Amino acid sequence: MARITVNGIPHDVDVEPDTPLLWVLREQLGLTGTKYGCGVAQCGACTVHVDGAATRSCALPVSAVEPNQNVTTIEGLSPDGGHAVQKAWLALDVPQCGYCQAGMIMAAAALVAQNKSPTDADIDAEMTNICRCGTYNRVRAAIKRAAEEA
Amino acid sequence: MNAISKLSRRSFLVGTAATAGGLSLGFHVPFAAAAGDLPPEVNAWVVVKPDDTVVIRIARSEMGQGSLTGLAQLVAEELACDWSKVTTEYPTPGQNLARDNAWGDMSTTGSRAIRRSHEYVRQGGAAAREMLIAAAAEQWSVPASECSAADSIITHQPSGRTVTYGQVADAAARQTPPAEITLKDPKDWTIAGKPLLRLDTADKLTGKQKYGIDLTQPNMLNAAVRACPVFGGKLAGFDAAAVEKMPGVRKVVQVDDTAVAVVADTWWRAKTALDALPITWDEGSNANLSSATIADMLAEGLESKESFVGNSSGDAPGVLAGAGKVITATYAYPYQSHATMEPMNALALYTGERCEVWAPTQSAESSLETAAEAAGLPIGQCDVHKVHLGGGFGRRGAGQDYVRQAVSIAKQMPGTPIKLIWSREEDMLHDFYHPTTQCKLTGALDAEGNLTALHMRISGQSILAALRPGALKDGMDSAVFQGLNDGGEESAFGYTIDNLLIDHAMRNPPVRPGFWRGVNLNQNAIYLECFMDELARAAGKDPLAFRRALMANHPKHLAVLNAVAERIGWESAPPQGVHRGLAQIMGYGSYVAAAAEVSVSDGQLRIHRIVAATDPGHAVNPAQIERQVEGSFVYGLSACLYGECTVKGGRMEQENFDTYNVLRMAEMPKVETIIMPSGGFWGGVGEPTIAVAAPAVLNAIFAATGKRIRRIPLVNQDLGSV
Repeated sequence: MARITVNGIPHDVDVEPDTPLLWVLREQLGLTGTKYGCGVAQCGACTVHVDGAATRSCALPVSAVEPNQNVTTIEGLSPDGGHAVQKAWLALDVPQCGYCQAGMIMAAAALVAQNKSPTDADIDAEMTNICRCGTYNRVRAAIKRAAEEA
Repeated sequence: MNAISKLSRRSFLVGTAATAGGLSLGFHVPFAAAAGDLPPEVNAWVVVKPDDTVVIRIARSEMGQGSLTGLAQLVAEELACDWSKVTTEYPTPGQNLARDNAWGDMSTTGSRAIRRSHEYVRQGGAAAREMLIAAAAEQWSVPASECSAADSIITHQPSGRTVTYGQVADAAARQTPPAEITLKDPKDWTIAGKPLLRLDTADKLTGKQKYGIDLTQPNMLNAAVRACPVFGGKLAGFDAAAVEKMPGVRKVVQVDDTAVAVVADTWWRAKTALDALPITWDEGSNANLSSATIADMLAEGLESKESFVGNSSGDAPGVLAGAGKVITATYAYPYQSHATMEPMNALALYTGERCEVWAPTQSAESSLETAAEAAGLPIGQCDVHKVHLGGGFGRRGAGQDYVRQAVSIAKQMPGTPIKLIWSREEDMLHDFYHPTTQCKLTGALDAEGNLTALHMRISGQSILAALRPGALKDGMDSAVFQGLNDGGEESAFGYTIDNLLIDHAMRNPPVRPGFWRGVNLNQNAIYLECFMDELARAAGKDPLAFRRALMANHPKHLAVLNAVAERIGWESAPPQGVHRGLAQIMGYGSYVAAAAEVSVSDGQLRIHRIVAATDPGHAVNPAQIERQVEGSFVYGLSACLYGECTVKGGRMEQENFDTYNVLRMAEMPKVETIIMPSGGFWGGVGEPTIAVAAPAVLNAIFAATGKRIRRIPLVNQDLGSV
């Protein structure tokens, strides 16, 4: 049994303590916007915020998240898709297959929250998520747009 | 016109009610609504609801390539509907069978979604428009010829009366389809041909978009599977008792004769138990297979006396034997994994009488055939519901192993929906890999540096021999010569060389190959275009001028090459420290070229800028073409920089992104895309540009370093020691 707070709501979940946060979100809470891509914190498809910090949830045991820490998933980033990053993504029509995009958006949202004018080097350093379709250049442009509007 | 059939609403509802199968689903399934709620369709392609919402049915799969939007544009263009009210849905392959193939081929491979269906989907839209107009005219008792349609509104011109599509859709469904249809001239397009935003973006920004891996059903269980990691090996045994008491575990089952699966309440628990399950494998005869033994097998083929000839003219061997200056080089291309972001998965429900599968698939018909075979049921008692794909790249087309496994597990637990998800490790160990080949190229130059003869001997693996042996002609795999064919509309060689021989020694290692985005064009473009660069250097000529001299008879190939050369500024010096390379090829019916600007400093490669040109004949959505071209560099440069699966002990050594890296954002160059549709033909855009990514960069690396890379990936090469 573990207690976690996700998108502001506390939950008691019946899982083994070493269960990765990703699978608790997906299978216990039904929040499937956060994706499984590698399980070894390489690809970033599972990125969520833990107290605002971009975190790869596939390799983080749920027991490592304190009950009072707030986990934010793509479903909780904004009530209506109106976060500055989501708006920039929509305006630039960023996604292709879209599978990596929740992780990309969460990583980008954490970046622009801390850095109001990210340079290309900042973006290169922070955005290490994998996309196989080809959204990288639009992700870069959308981050800059979101940072201006944030 | 055979694709447009008048359909009685009754027969359609019967078919769909059977398909829905009484399931309660946690996501939107086309046709799953109660029969009484179904809006009438105008025809197979078009549904108009009373509120004027237009539902366009899309037969091809959407996996990020954007053809869902492009195909909808083509239908909407002829339908003359209000684009802001367009939505889409997928018919199932079972419905397609039941309706005599009303939606044509559903396969979404070979960059074919638009180029192989543009005509009949436009006819579908046009027929629906005419039926809507006829229904309005009938209601007004006026001749249809006095009515016109635009933006989902029909106007009776003499009186100015109007009615919306939604108001006459029911009556339109009862109209007889027009006997003849004249499609619009593409120059008059107002919806098609425009860089419209995608229809499927919004839900991808909020987590709402469902992929196969996200599906749930009441009472569903989850399965994790492991197949023998050695190619051709079998499952020898497993100790189910060792894990049956672990949390959540419901059953441990054998899957075919190669794999074992754990079924549990959650996938994580299934995987955890599978990791703990004692398994013994019968590794079979390939346990000693390695990359080195495979390379030796292919090297032998380079010198073999026997080969399949794909393209020849004149007497290349004779001229080469007597030539004064002969240049020879040997290239190689490794195995590569598709590495779709969403690992393989499928959800299956077997009840004894029916088998239903929900799957991300590029080939719904193949999925259905596989499901029926695995279920042991007539195909009419099975169906497959397509789900949005988290990447396809060829992995989810011909190879339906994940569907077969899901059904095999579900069949052992009748009545329980089973969702099978592969771990990333399983995904990389059991891919249908980009085939491995080698190529020995020999060229003869005369005293003036003109190319007088060229021999390309390709040795290696045939995809068709492994996956579609029936497609071989007298043993020959003609697809091996993609991009090297003597003419044709699909993938013609772009040079005229008086004495030419391109042949293939088929060598098939026991590693299953597959269609990997770009397929055989990928290695052929590297072999041809890098060697052209070598020949030009040996002749003391500029690589662009050397190519141009051989391309006079190939104006479309030449036009895209000229376009990238002009845009990158080939005739003027690049910035200090920056070097350029070029490549061109034709494939999937389109002409493509790329120019790259790179620098190499202390052995570190930086790709600064790419210019790419595409002539696809017609451009249905230039914004999506641009994304496909840009994406082709992500895919092609991932292959060039990192892509290699190596074999040791009969299995792949790479199991995840930590050992199988791909291009990341910091390495992504700027891409300038030139779309130059010249009309008169329809080419694909999803794949051809991948093939020019690597050779343009490799040629630029030579310009920068003087080092000729004949074997990718670059991660294995030292660019610092020249």
